[in-house]
Amino acid sequence: MRLTLHVWRQKNAQDKGAFSTYELEDVNTHMSFLEMLDVLNQDLITKGENPIAFEHDCREGICGSCGFVINGVAHGHQKGSTVCQLHMRHFADGDEITIEPWRAKAFPVLCDLVVDRSSFDRILRAGGFITARTGSAPDANTIPIPTETLEHAMDFAECIGCGACVASCPNSAAMLFVGAKIAHLGILPQGQPERHKRALAMVEAMEDEAFGACTNFRTCEAVCPKEISISGIARMNKDYRKALFSGVGFASGKKR
Amino acid sequence: MKLDARIPSGPLTQKWRDLRDHLALVSPANKRKHNVIVVGTGLAGGAAAASLGELGYRVKAFCYQDSARRAHSIAAQGGINAAKNYQNDGDSVFRLFYDTIKGGDYRAREANVYRLAEVSNQIIDQCVAQGIPFAREYSGYLANRSFGGAQVSRTFYARGQTGQQLLLGAYSALNAQVAAGTVEVHPRTEMLDLVVVDGKARGIVTRNMVTGETECHVADAVLLCTGGYSNVYFLSTNAKGCNVTAAWRAYRRGAGFANPNYTQIHPTCIPQSGEYQSKLTLMSESLRNDGRVWVPKAEGDDRDPNAIPEDERDYYLERIYPSFGNLVPRDVASRNAKKVCDEGRGIGPGKRGVYLDFAEAIGRLGEDVIRSRYGNLFDMYEMITGENPYKNPMRIYPAPHYSMGGLWVDYYLMSTIPGLFVLGEANFSDHGANRLGASALMQGLADGYFVIPSTLGEYLAGAKLDDVSVNSDACRQTVRDVEKRTRKLLDVRGSRTVDSFHRELGLLMLDECGMSRTGKGLSEAIDKIRALRAEFWENVKVPGDGTDLNQELEKAGRVADHFELAELMCRDALDREESCGGHFREEHQTEEGEALRDDENFRHVTVWEFKGVDKKPVAHREQLEFENVQLTQRSYK
Repeated sequence: MRLTLHVWRQKNAQDKGAFSTYELEDVNTHMSFLEMLDVLNQDLITKGENPIAFEHDCREGICGSCGFVINGVAHGHQKGSTVCQLHMRHFADGDEITIEPWRAKAFPVLCDLVVDRSSFDRILRAGGFITARTGSAPDANTIPIPTETLEHAMDFAECIGCGACVASCPNSAAMLFVGAKIAHLGILPQGQPERHKRALAMVEAMEDEAFGACTNFRTCEAVCPKEISISGIARMNKDYRKALFSGVGFASGKKR
Repeated sequence: MKLDARIPSGPLTQKWRDLRDHLALVSPANKRKHNVIVVGTGLAGGAAAASLGELGYRVKAFCYQDSARRAHSIAAQGGINAAKNYQNDGDSVFRLFYDTIKGGDYRAREANVYRLAEVSNQIIDQCVAQGIPFAREYSGYLANRSFGGAQVSRTFYARGQTGQQLLLGAYSALNAQVAAGTVEVHPRTEMLDLVVVDGKARGIVTRNMVTGETECHVADAVLLCTGGYSNVYFLSTNAKGCNVTAAWRAYRRGAGFANPNYTQIHPTCIPQSGEYQSKLTLMSESLRNDGRVWVPKAEGDDRDPNAIPEDERDYYLERIYPSFGNLVPRDVASRNAKKVCDEGRGIGPGKRGVYLDFAEAIGRLGEDVIRSRYGNLFDMYEMITGENPYKNPMRIYPAPHYSMGGLWVDYYLMSTIPGLFVLGEANFSDHGANRLGASALMQGLADGYFVIPSTLGEYLAGAKLDDVSVNSDACRQTVRDVEKRTRKLLDVRGSRTVDSFHRELGLLMLDECGMSRTGKGLSEAIDKIRALRAEFWENVKVPGDGTDLNQELEKAGRVADHFELAELMCRDALDREESCGGHFREEHQTEEGEALRDDENFRHVTVWEFKGVDKKPVAHREQLEFENVQLTQRSYK
């Protein structure tokens, strides 16, 4: 099939950036979206142009590296999938496709479709863990965990940290991402001792970054490749509120 | 090159315990003074960096991804083995050890493998404490499943995303240490060389993948946790970025490379759909627990699979291996798939595929049970192929997946360069000539959480380490070497893309150094690889310059190393005049077409020493002693 692509090109973080248009002939419908870009890039290189930089690694939807906005939708229109799992059979001959990077102040563009998502790492460092020193754990079967509890935690643990939630949110909120980690660890019995301290520290770290706040648009949930529920945000708010009023202390030492 | 495996004396079951009782310790005050570099943040690297940080060492961790959380361990699906015997089905540390040794076709070191089995249980405890949501039974206790080739249920799993959950656990432990100030993470930073001072590993030279800057980092020890090299085949199940560069640069600096030809070709991957294909997607081999593998009995039968009656199907694994059936080890399953396709009985586009059929299991258990077991794998298959596997059998074909070979290490995980340690898939140590399913995650975490924190101290406590500055001659020279090579790649300004070279190399390797090999093919492949490498350095086209984000330049450097590795792999395969595990030499097979080992002449590890790019490497041997297992011919019939 024949396609017209409008792709965001930006040399580096300082560059202003603009769309460039590329015409593609003979795109095979069994290709993945990234393979379609690979083929275009091979062509650009041969012609002496710079290839389009985009992030990707596992190409099986789990590493969270890839992601950009396709026709206004983070990861494209296929529900519950990353860009690498999107195949060209979902497009039609003659389609025009606009491709742009995640747009969020907290994710500055580094080059073309590559953005800096280190803000996510900083939030997780603030408290996205259960402190369990290597070698200190009791036997794994010491605490039975009901399957429903476990599966509930796993629903949130699946987050791949791709950033689509932020990119799709009109406020560029990171709350689905933060809520997912707080819910994953806060649902499990192992996560209870640090539960409220964790919520407090992570929310504070999130507020130190350039993310907005949730106003219930739910676009994050709609584009999430792992279809993570916004109920994680409710859990985050609940744990955070409880932490504020239960005197667990401010992890960062800040007073409010 | 001297190979001293430093295997502790004493009975197998006591070696690790006794050693730990006597290992030198570094005092807490001194740990703070030791810098340790960890390259790679997958299961081995992430776990090592976190655990060493907890102990008080000052750790710098490096990864090429934008975040430590994205290392390729994340893609492992099926599970992780441990000898917990929670199922009361007769499992034990010895049995896990025995299965691993046997599965590796008696080409791994007994002592290392026993230790691996021994610490496997602690890994599960550690992971559960970190909040890893392993599957559970209705009782709330941990669930297990039986996994490729094992007759006990010892595999722990988290849906089809076990690797992801384990990696996020290690990453969270790493994050806690970053917050504590013991670990510094350098993402988007690629190691391009090793700094060796007075014969000891003392640092690395890296390229900042955003600014293009070449930097030197010094330390008292360097840990390579950089994974495997299946991407030498271009199409593999590895992430696109996986590469051999860190290990290869260490090899060129004097680290021995062991058994490079031992690679695993995984039987259950989605077949290639066309020329443009960029990578192959693996589906967990747990699918083989309920799926039945078959091809039509007749050549060139291209009817719809559901229209082919039972008596015209050949369930060839069940036919040839009545006792193990569809659960034969990976190498056996892969080789047989290739064989039936070579016979002209392959299915699907390109005729390189076999069916994996769930109709019988769905009939017996119902679609809901199958969905609960494999739902996400079925969804993934449908997403990629556009076909519904609940209605039609899946199409599968083998793909390069894991490299058992790697840098040689002793029992302490130290390479032939003092101070250079190698963990996880990057080393050669635990899987022999073939790795069993769900054992890669186990090894990565064993090395990172439990082995290196003990053995590193012994080295640091005993080594005399003078201060090394990044401005020292050795560091500056290594930086210059790296800059020169980068410049050279950019200056070729040829007409052929990096990918086109890589693709050609990959095809050649798959044909001649893949599922089955011949002396003639391997000899010819060496010449072809050399010719292609020469063309690469004369005609590769790398756009842009080295001063910014340049993904083609990154690829070019990696492919250049893959060329040299490919040659060594062929050389090693040629040298090993026997068949064992994933290494199948057509000249050496039983009358029934099975791998024929030669224990008398090849019961050893081959360790290669670099002598120059255009010079023949020197082969050294580490003899393998088996005191606790009887060497038997593997039989899965």
